[in-house]
Amino acid sequence: MAARIQIPSQAKQGEVVEVRVLIQHPMETGYRHDDVGHLIKRNVIKVLSCRYNGVEVFRADLSSGIAANPYVQFYTVADKSGELEFYWIDDEGKQGSERQSIRVT
Amino acid sequence: MSRAVLAVALLAFAAAAQAQQRAIPLDQIKSGSAFLGQDLRSLQNDDFANPGMLWVERGETMWRDPAGKSKQSCASCHQDAKSSMRGVAARYPKIDTASGKLLNLGGRINACRVDHQGAEPFRHESQELLSITAYVARQSRGVPVAASIDGPARAHFDAGEAAYRLRRGQMNLSCAHCHEANWGKRLLSETVSQGQPNGYPAYRMEWQTLGSLQRRLRACLSGIRAEMLPYGSPEYVDLELYLAWRAQGLPIETPGVRR
Amino acid sequence: MKRREFLVGIAGTLALPGAAFADDEVLDPLAAKVANGAPVRKGKVKIVLPQLADNGNSVPIRITVDSPMTAADHVKSIHLYSERNPVSNMANFYLGPRAGKAEIDSRVRLAGSQKVTAVAALSDGTFWYDAAPIVVTLSACLDES
Repeated sequence: MAARIQIPSQAKQGEVVEVRVLIQHPMETGYRHDDVGHLIKRNVIKVLSCRYNGVEVFRADLSSGIAANPYVQFYTVADKSGELEFYWIDDEGKQGSERQSIRVT
Repeated sequence: MSRAVLAVALLAFAAAAQAQQRAIPLDQIKSGSAFLGQDLRSLQNDDFANPGMLWVERGETMWRDPAGKSKQSCASCHQDAKSSMRGVAARYPKIDTASGKLLNLGGRINACRVDHQGAEPFRHESQELLSITAYVARQSRGVPVAASIDGPARAHFDAGEAAYRLRRGQMNLSCAHCHEANWGKRLLSETVSQGQPNGYPAYRMEWQTLGSLQRRLRACLSGIRAEMLPYGSPEYVDLELYLAWRAQGLPIETPGVRR
Repeated sequence: MKRREFLVGIAGTLALPGAAFADDEVLDPLAAKVANGAPVRKGKVKIVLPQLADNGNSVPIRITVDSPMTAADHVKSIHLYSERNPVSNMANFYLGPRAGKAEIDSRVRLAGSQKVTAVAALSDGTFWYDAAPIVVTLSACLDES
């Protein structure tokens, strides 16, 4: 699953940094019908989690109420240099992940 | 003396015909983004959060992927798209000198795949075609639309204009009824735009995904309860040329965000 | 009723803040569930939502909670509710002191004009909420492309 992550490449220790995530996913609600009238099965990203050097600093339960190609922006404290790893899983069990490094001075 | 006068008159007439009457003068043309609410306009201008960028990024990867029997990628011939593709999308649809056909950008990309890469063409409206088209068009962001209607393109332009003015469907409307005669007015809760193509392929909220200009034309046909022509119909490409002429000077905004 | 009392009464009604959106003062009962019976007070939470959606398929929302986000005093979670969508619990966001700032941005789907509610659960066990109304209109033309 394609995804975009935006975090500053570097930050000062203790600085509150903005984290932006955009994931390519239809977030199929399960209420739509195809062109022959069949219900399109629900499939949404149900959990999105962010680990900073292995420790979960953010988690979201998402549902059909979140727009397609979900966008989430949150904050985290720049703690130590390392990696922010993002994981998500949808109703079909498909998993996605992305990682981005951050340098903390 | 009279022959000279006649020649001048003929030249003037030809110039006028070439100049073509514009129903919306060039200083009054507006992109679809001018008819969006503040929120969607901001989203289009947000290079990170604009959902269309997900397709552009995929296109960037595809640009470097070897394809077909040739095992050549787009980059093998065209190098860095940022420079080689700058201004390209703004000149489409265009006559392909090799085949003599009018091609839109997607058609040109598929022609390259078949003729130069020995690859299968991408299916219409496939994720692959949308991604690579969005990526190539994105390289022309900000470049004014400048499609040529000279020479062999002229016949396509005329057909496109005729299509634009043809009444069709259950509602018996032509494109001109809404987008020429009534742009700026309200239709239910929405403001009718001028129907300009410069943001396509665009992320359309109604579709919740990126789609081509042809998909948008099909949506219009559906809206007036007319038969939707199949993707790839030459009528669409002729119409796209007319629309590009009509949009002359508007900056390419791909990937646009639209309602 | 004496004329003076009547006029004072009218003036009082007009002076009520948010009189046009009196509904915000009543917590959506579906949203209250997350507190499991504990009181949910209005305050600390702020929802920023446009008054009129450009398109119900994707509406930008920002939820901010006034909190120092320290280990001793922080937002544990924010729960987002729709009063009209088929699925009322739209999303839950789990924060903690490592967040630094209790602010979430996202884009939501809204099935029609309605009130959106956000409930925040704080580390001290209290619950706070905000609610915001939004008008969502339908698109003009049918699109079967």
